[in-house]
Amino acid sequence: MIALQAQGVWKYYGDYPALRDLNFTVDTGSCLALLGRNGAGKTTLLRILAGLSKPTRGRATLFGQEVREQGTRRRIGVLGHGIGVYDELSAFENLCLFGRLYGVQDPQKEAIEWLRRVGLDRVKDGLVREFSRGMRQRLAVARAFLHSPSVLFLDEPFTALDDRAVTILQDLLQDARSEGRTIIISTHQLPEALRLATHVLLISQGRLAFCGQRTSEMVDNPGVLYRLFAEA
Amino acid sequence: MAFVRHILVVAWKDLHLELRTKEVINASLSFALVILLLFSFAFDPTAEQTREISGGLLWLVFAFAGTLIVNRSFSRELSNDCLDALIVSPVSGAALFLGKCLGNVTLLLAVELISLPVFGAFYNVPWTRQFCPLFLVLGLASWGLAIIGTMFSALTANLKLRELMLPVLVYPLMIPGLMAAIQLTTPLVAGQPLSGDLLGWLKLLVGFDVIFTALALALVETILVG
Repeated sequence: MIALQAQGVWKYYGDYPALRDLNFTVDTGSCLALLGRNGAGKTTLLRILAGLSKPTRGRATLFGQEVREQGTRRRIGVLGHGIGVYDELSAFENLCLFGRLYGVQDPQKEAIEWLRRVGLDRVKDGLVREFSRGMRQRLAVARAFLHSPSVLFLDEPFTALDDRAVTILQDLLQDARSEGRTIIISTHQLPEALRLATHVLLISQGRLAFCGQRTSEMVDNPGVLYRLFAEA
Repeated sequence: MAFVRHILVVAWKDLHLELRTKEVINASLSFALVILLLFSFAFDPTAEQTREISGGLLWLVFAFAGTLIVNRSFSRELSNDCLDALIVSPVSGAALFLGKCLGNVTLLLAVELISLPVFGAFYNVPWTRQFCPLFLVLGLASWGLAIIGTMFSALTANLKLRELMLPVLVYPLMIPGLMAAIQLTTPLVAGQPLSGDLLGWLKLLVGFDVIFTALALALVETILVG
């Protein structure tokens, strides 16, 4: 079953085409590593797929529906560049707030459970502005996973994470994969992404350079992708 | 049901953050009280002419204090990309917008209700005599200010000069609403009931609110997602 589809997606910033005629599909349960050099258009594409931005031309659908449909948004979790939590609220208050917005059955119980899973249960009442960068990133991970989304969009998720947090996130992503969730992960950290990925999508200067299954050769030698496709 | 719940959650969140930081309420309240104090020195509080412009004085203060409140409405969400987190959540643009308006109106009314006794004391007017109709006018005019202010707060949130741009954009659009509010407030703070021509101004204020609420709700999704 197709979870996500991009059909003729173009995005212009002024006269500059950041994305040029992207067409691809992502199957349910797969993990897509979205790769490309700086400025290739990864974040722009991720924002369009997550419904944060509209394509100039073309369309992106999630389970056959427009991404901005309310029912569709309930099924996605996004971990972007910003952590998406409020500095002046506590970790617990932040998760309760997003739990209520997503219609989670028991937001307080879920918030406590997720704080435990990301190792923040002992500082649950601490204000986020007092947290270290790694703790904030772990809270952002909990926010993105809180409502059990069917599709996860992760933009540079390993940035600013310490070893412990990287392990927590990798475990959560492995769990998500085994539960049949679809994961779209945009990153420069090729080894981590390629270990998780089932498929790879490479963008070069806004164009689709490669889209296909991840091979063992890619895991052993991640640079091969860029040499074969992006620099052609 | 989810729509109403989302509005209330967003409004609660904004008020909760404001009560914790007090960054907007302190600024707008002290601004309102200082201006009322200065006006009481500039005009003779006992003169009949001063009472005739009392509605104008009050709404000048409320409009300026109000823009201080609405200005932070969306710019507060930029830190940590919280606006993105709200936009990707199941909260519709309309619910997000109305929640923010509700939070802003609550803060505006708080500033107005604290300023009114001060105004009454300085200008020696019987503002409590027609309190219910006065509260209705305050509510309607504050809603109009909140709707327009919040809409332009969303539009200007990413601008470097948003503090300058917001009043420039909001005040011209607020003219009909402010005119009606001034015409209605002047007799009410003097203790006179609403009657005759004043009901026409009340209808104008209601119409103003309805039109701009509908316009804002129609545009909000485009403003937020582009």
